[in-house]
This record gives sequence, structure tokens and C-alpha cells, in this order.
Amino acid sequence: MSSTLRIENLHVAVDGKEILKGVDLTIRQGEVHALMGPNGSGKSTLAYALVGHPKYEVTEGRILLDGEDLTSLDPCERARRGLFLAFQYPVTIPGVRVADFLRHAVSNIRNPDRKEGEELIPMREFRKELRHWMQELGMDPSFATRYLNDGFSGGEKKRMEILQLAMLHPKFAILDETDSGLDSDAVRVVSEGLRKLAGPDMGVLIITHHERLLEMNPPQFVHVMLAGRIVETGDAALAHELHEKGYEPVRQRHPDIAAEETAEQAATAGAE
Amino acid sequence: MSTGSATEISIPPVYRAFLRDAFEAFLAERDEPDWLIDRRRRAFDCFEQSLTQPLEPEEWKRLDLRLFHTLRFTPPVRDRSGLVTQVDTMLATRTEFGASVSHTDGTAGPSGTRELPAGVVFCPLTEAVRVHEDIVREHLMTRAVLPDTDRFSAWHAAFWNGGVLLYVPRGVVLDRPLHSVLGSSAADAADFAHTLVVLDEGASATLLEETASLNAEGSALHVGAVELLVGRGAHLRYVQIQNWNERTWHFAHQAGRVEQDGFLQWTVGGLGARFAHIHQTVSLDGRGAGAEVNGVSFATGRRTLSYYTQQTHCAASTRSDLLYKSVLRDRSRVVWRGMIRVEPEAQQTDGYQRCDALLLSPESRMDAIPGLEIEADDVRCTHGATVGRVDDEQLFYCMTRGLTQHEAMHLIVSGFFQSVFDRIPVTEVREAFDDAVVQKLGLGD
Ligand SMILES: Nc1ncnc2c1ncn2[C@@H]1O[C@H](COP(=O)(O)OP(=O)(O)O)[C@@H](O)[C@H]1O
Ligand SMILES: [Mg+2]
Repeated sequence: MSSTLRIENLHVAVDGKEILKGVDLTIRQGEVHALMGPNGSGKSTLAYALVGHPKYEVTEGRILLDGEDLTSLDPCERARRGLFLAFQYPVTIPGVRVADFLRHAVSNIRNPDRKEGEELIPMREFRKELRHWMQELGMDPSFATRYLNDGFSGGEKKRMEILQLAMLHPKFAILDETDSGLDSDAVRVVSEGLRKLAGPDMGVLIITHHERLLEMNPPQFVHVMLAGRIVETGDAALAHELHEKGYEPVRQRHPDIAAEETAEQAATAGAE
Repeated sequence: MSTGSATEISIPPVYRAFLRDAFEAFLAERDEPDWLIDRRRRAFDCFEQSLTQPLEPEEWKRLDLRLFHTLRFTPPVRDRSGLVTQVDTMLATRTEFGASVSHTDGTAGPSGTRELPAGVVFCPLTEAVRVHEDIVREHLMTRAVLPDTDRFSAWHAAFWNGGVLLYVPRGVVLDRPLHSVLGSSAADAADFAHTLVVLDEGASATLLEETASLNAEGSALHVGAVELLVGRGAHLRYVQIQNWNERTWHFAHQAGRVEQDGFLQWTVGGLGARFAHIHQTVSLDGRGAGAEVNGVSFATGRRTLSYYTQQTHCAASTRSDLLYKSVLRDRSRVVWRGMIRVEPEAQQTDGYQRCDALLLSPESRMDAIPGLEIEADDVRCTHGATVGRVDDEQLFYCMTRGLTQHEAMHLIVSGFFQSVFDRIPVTEVREAFDDAVVQKLGLGD
């Protein structure tokens, strides 16, 4: 049965300030969605809220995975149900080797009832798979024994996110600006990697400013976010238009929300 | 018992069971050679005198002994026969040791010894006094830990009652690690175990030592000493894991001396005790001598772990590298005061010290005070200290990969210690410590 991730009237606040003001979005397994929008419009906020960041408080609405409301689940439980976020800014964990980290992650995701201390996925099987995907993503095998993201370049960190995506194979993957800050070579590797991974059993939400990732992974749906709402949804042509003309036409088509955006920016600037 | 003199009344209760009469009774119970009795007497005089003098302020000003001073412990008894001697150890079952010696309250228990190469001595120190008198007489508290250093060294030198001697003759290499367990069982008992390691020229050995309490409840006192004498071109790896129960007070003088081209790799693990203070000195005595000093501590509850370390470079082209890592939770406290001292003749030395702490609770507290005293001009000495907290974003990141919060914490804490374990290729120690981390992370949850 194909899974569905349904976001209904989602309101999210950070430190008591409302950032998302009613987002509706439905993603089915096998679909590729793109989420675009100016800086500060709330794209990352949506990504964090979906995977359950404790600072991002859902004040109204629901996140349903095949009908089950995830909003009261912690990030670990959501991950074990099949959600994955490729971070815009992955953290560094000194002293923890990539292979050890991933072996724990893979063991938990594939055996969602696993408790800490219970058996991990067999080493042989794990190593083989890890080596396979590292090769596919053009990563040097030595990465497996390095400390997670410690001393990695921006491109290496993003590749590490894609490697995790490959190994964890979630039902729904959210990629938050995985293509930004990368040189064109790295963007190509990441884009190709995603294309190999995404298939009929993965729903993908790509947050991006650029078109390259989308060229390799053409979206069926393109959403535009403005001031915490999805104001338009279209097909690949919309992404193309946004690249040609920027967000001004969108703001003109939604003057009320654009005004809200301006007011908020003024308020933030005033507060600083 | 002589009581009532003015000085005695001002002496804190904790020392009162260790005054002259008790010392004489202690001596009378022991059948020891004259030279040793003489040394004990001289040490006791020092101890008695030290009780009227303040402790060195730089070493003690950050520590609070008020509670300690009100406690009472009984002096060691010659032989506690009929004791349960099976101590719950962290290391015993992890590997096959070349030999193993255990003590409970200063009394030697069963020892498992495989065939050791000719000339190697590994036995209880009390036995060594009888059987290898010359070695003990030459090295026991004559070069590394000196009895008159302070109150605790003198106390120990007067009352030491157990511990081990490891002697490895010239050129002998021991492949398998040796194991020593210091156990404590009696309530309110004092233990004065001594570890003496002597490696002759070109010898090589690994000694893993651990301390353990037989019961979780009884309060106890340990005033110990460790002496590590590394000869020319010799190589010693020594690990001590302190894992007393949370009502044990632990004081220890620990000193290593390394001769020309010798190398000492020394690891101190701190897991237990109510209060532990280790006065640790490593001295590089000969050209080309080197030492690596590692510290791993996980402090929980209300305990205080304190390290007063000194790296002394006495000869040219010597190298010392200290790395201490501490994790603190609950209301625990860790104090590290480190000093690199370079004597005028110790040119071209390389001294390094670093102390990192990871705080898991807002009530825990770390004091890290590095220091340099350099009297030579052509040296490279650096030091650093960091205190950090587990980052919520790291926890969140791990959890989005399916790790529970607890599992994530475990991974992050283990990772914090990893840079020390990368330096100690003794897997048994790493595994033992990792198990302790799991257990300690669970405490109080
Ligand atoms: N952790 C946070 N703390 C405070 N403000 C935040 C936080 N995250 C996001 N915001 C605010 O929420 C708004 C949306 O930010 P974000 O979701 O990062 O936008 P985008 O990803 O579309 O650039 C911005 O005004 C930003 O300042
Ligand atoms: Mg963003």
C-alpha cells in the first residue's frame, strides 16, 4: 500500500512567535514535490516541524502519516516511522565514527521496535551496503572511519546527508537546501544520488533555490511559500518561472500576504 | 590511649584513630624487617607533625575537607582471614591476563599466575618484602613518592598495608597485560594499598589496575600510592581505574619517573568515590624520555574528583603529553590543576597538556587550571582547557536518525572520550569504560 504524508492547517511557533500560519500539503510515496520561497518564508521551519524539532511548536493542525498523527511523537519515533530530513546545516559529532553512527541508525530504522543495547545489524551486511553506497556517491572509503562531519567540507557534509538517506531509505525524505553552498560538481553528485534513490517507494520534498537539483529530479508539484503559507502550487513550469522572474510576481499576485511579509521584516529589523 | 593533650584535641576526628598508640599496635601486628620499621617510624613522625600544619594551599584551596574531617575510620588489621575475596571487577573477565593479584582491605587474596618469564616478580607487596627484600628496599618510596611530601604521603608511608610489586628485569618483554584489583569490604575501614612498578633497562610491560568496593554502602578510606619507575629504554603502560563506591574517600600520591629513552603511558580512570584527590607527578629524568598521561573521568551524584598533576622535565629532549577528559552529571564536581615544569637543563623539550570537560547538568561544575613553569629557553610547551555541554542540536540530529535520546547521549559521550581511547590501544579498558558510561548515563533517570 502506498503511504501518504498529509499536513493539515499546520501552525508552528518558535519562541512563542508564529512562523507557519496554516500550511496544507499532501505528499504520496513516489511523488517529488519542490518547495520554494524567499529567505525567511518558513521552509526550514516546515522541515524541522515535520521531523519534530522540540523548539518548533505545533500550535494548530496536524501531521498525518497514513492517518496517524505524528505531532506528539519525538524525532526518533518519527524517524522510525519513515521520515527523514537532510539538514541544511548538518551537525558535527566529534569522536563518533560515520560507520558506528550509521550502524546504530540503520539498526533502529529497519527494526523500529529495537531498544538500546539490542543487537545491531550484522557487521558484514552493513559494511557491504555502506561500501556500495559510498562508491555510488563517489565518497572515499576512509570516510567510514572518520568522525561524523568533523572537519568535513560543505560538500562532504551534504554528501554525508545523501549517504544517510540512501542507507536509511525513508518513506518520506525532506531535503533542505541540500544543493546550496556546493560547487557544480558536488551538486551533480548529490542530484544523481537522489535520482538513484528516489523511486516509487519514496516521497520527496525538495527545498531549493536552484533549478539544478530539480532538473535531475523533476517535481510533479511545485509549491511557493510566502510569509508562512503556501500561496501557490503548480508544476515544473512554476519553478521555471520563479527562476526567471524571482518572487516579485508571486508577491504581486498575493498582495495581502506580501504586505504581511514586509510588516514582519520591518518588525524584526526594528527589534534588532 | 593518651588523650586530652591540647594538640590532639585540635586534630580532626578522622585522624584520631591513627595516632601513636594505634601506630604502635599496627607495627606490633606486623613481622617486618628493621629497615622497614624504621622507615615507617620516620614516616609516622612526619605524619604526626603534618597534622598541626596546614595543607599546601594551591593544592587544596578548591577542595572542601570539612565533612571528611568529621568521619572516623579504623586502621588496617593485619589479616582479615575468612574474608570474601571475590571482588566484582570491571576488567577480570575481559581478557586473559598474564597474571593477576587481588587484595581485599589490604589482605592478598587468590592470585592467578601463568608462567612469567624468569626474573619477573608480580606479587603482593607484603610478600615481596619477605621474598624480594632488596627490590622493595631499594625502590619503595625512595625515588618517586617521598614520605615527607605531605600529610597523605606520610600517612600512607606509615600505614601502607597491601598492594603489589611488579618488577621486570632487563630486556624482558611481557606480552600479556597483568591485572591487579584493590578491593575494599569492611565498613569504615581504611586501606593503604601501594603499587610499585620497576622496569629495568629495555623491559616492557602493561599493568591494568582497578579499585572496587565489595558492598555499595559501607564508607571507606583509601590513602594510596603508586610508583612507576621506568628504566632506560623501558616501556610501561599502566592503567588505574578508580571505581570505589560513593561513600569512599580516596587520596593518592602517584608518581612516575622515566629514564633515558624510556616511555610511560599512564591512564587514570575516575568513576567512583565520594571524593578522590590524586596528586600525580611524572618526571622525565633522562634525555629522550617520554610520557603520555591520559585521564578519563565520569563524575555523577555529589562526588568530587580532583587531579593535581605535574609534568616535570628534568632532562633535554624529553616529551610529555597530558590529555584529561571528564564528563560530569548531577551535582558532581571535577577539579584539575595541571602544571608543566621545565628545569633549566631541559632544553628541546616538548610539553603539552589539555583538559576537556563535558557538562551534562547545569548543577555540575568543572574547574580546570593549567599552568606552566619554564626555566629553559628552547622549549615548546602548550596547554589548553575547554568546558562544553551536550548540544541540543546534536541530540536532535541523532534522534532524526532513529536514535533514542538516551542512545544519542551515549554516543555523544562515548565520542567525547574517543580521543583518549584513540591513544590507548587497550580494548579491555575501552570496553570496560564504555559499559560504565552506559550505566552512569542511566543513573538517576
Ligand atoms: N530557531 C529559530 N529561532 C528564532 N527564529 C527562527 C528560528 N527558526 C526560524 N526562525 C524565524 O522563522 C522565520 C522563517 O525562517 P526559516 O524557516 O528558516 O525560513 P527559510 O528556510 O524559508 O529561509 C524567519 O523569520 C526566522 O527568523
Ligand atoms: Mg532555510
